[in-house]
Amino acid sequence: MNMKHNPANLSLNEAQKDILKEIGNIGAGHAASSLSHLLNKTISMNVPNVHFAPFEEIMELSGGAERIVASVFLRFSGDVNGNMFFVLPVDQATRFVRALVAEDFSFANPPYPEIALSAYQEIGNILAGSYLSALSDFLNIRIAPSVPEVAIDMFGAIISFGLLEISRVADYAIAIDAEIKDHEANDQNESIKGHFFLLPDPESLQYIFSLLGEQLQ
Amino acid sequence: MNDTRTIINVGIADMKIAKAPDCLRTSGLGSCVGVVLYDLKKELAGLAHIMLPDSTLARNQTQNLAKYADTAIPALLDELKKEGSPSWTLQAKIAGGAQMFKTISSSDLMRIGPRNVEAVKRILQQYDIPIVAEDVGGNNGRTIIFDPQTGELSIRTVNKGVSII
Repeated sequence: MNMKHNPANLSLNEAQKDILKEIGNIGAGHAASSLSHLLNKTISMNVPNVHFAPFEEIMELSGGAERIVASVFLRFSGDVNGNMFFVLPVDQATRFVRALVAEDFSFANPPYPEIALSAYQEIGNILAGSYLSALSDFLNIRIAPSVPEVAIDMFGAIISFGLLEISRVADYAIAIDAEIKDHEANDQNESIKGHFFLLPDPESLQYIFSLLGEQLQ
Repeated sequence: MNDTRTIINVGIADMKIAKAPDCLRTSGLGSCVGVVLYDLKKELAGLAHIMLPDSTLARNQTQNLAKYADTAIPALLDELKKEGSPSWTLQAKIAGGAQMFKTISSSDLMRIGPRNVEAVKRILQQYDIPIVAEDVGGNNGRTIIFDPQTGELSIRTVNKGVSII
């Protein structure tokens, strides 16, 4: 019954994957150093992963569809269009926001104070801004972000919003996934890892590759 | 509870059917809608996790039927009929269709959650399938589990815990 559709024009060769990895490296690298300045602590970033995967696998990134996360979402448009998500485990988002606003709250216990939500939205705004401006410098293109929105909810419910546009042409998505980590939290587990997800619209992928001399096959 | 009971997971843009004692589950519904069609007498049910209201939104020909409300529901009806439950034996329960983000969306995908819900309701009405219960809209994600034996749909949300409709 389930017919996964992956049209021939949506595939990635190694060189294209490397281009997308580099985009993640440059963009998320800048964003991670902005975060590090903002919070005055060391934030490290792993080499980004490029996921070319069916939707249900994308839904499972970042610890599973049902996992509660604090997210900032925005759309970017211009020469390249797509969706960007900044996703943190709720505990980590709480720690980061508490470092900025002297408020006793937790993203694990709603309702959340307005100031905490705005602070988190602003963190997202700064990070997405530095990700996208690094990208726009690297590719020499124009990209404008929308106003970011915050949602604290199940990861699947959030990321699926970023799959809508691509779902009109495929059952697969390409997500550039950069993982960040707070250095002071020395534990390796998933609960302290944050992610930047960049999901370019399908047409924009072709444009990115053509800019960098790689034609989609 | 039966020991051999399995929970069958339905992914996004996917659909499956199950017979008691097995249950159907889909997780992380945001703007998507989970549509359950069930025959209580036969203890048979189908669940589709639809993403978009209408297959005319597709920009290519080959389609995953489970992705759109207007193709998923007829496809699910076919499957259930093959298993011995024609449409007149069926009832529906639906959940999802939230608006996770208020201001952002490309023009075509504006208000996609509410539009998914409207489409599902319209199509169920076309097939004369009564909606026995629903938990739709709002701005929170949902994980749902349906038990074909009892006809109960349990819904878990982040802030409101578990409710049964």
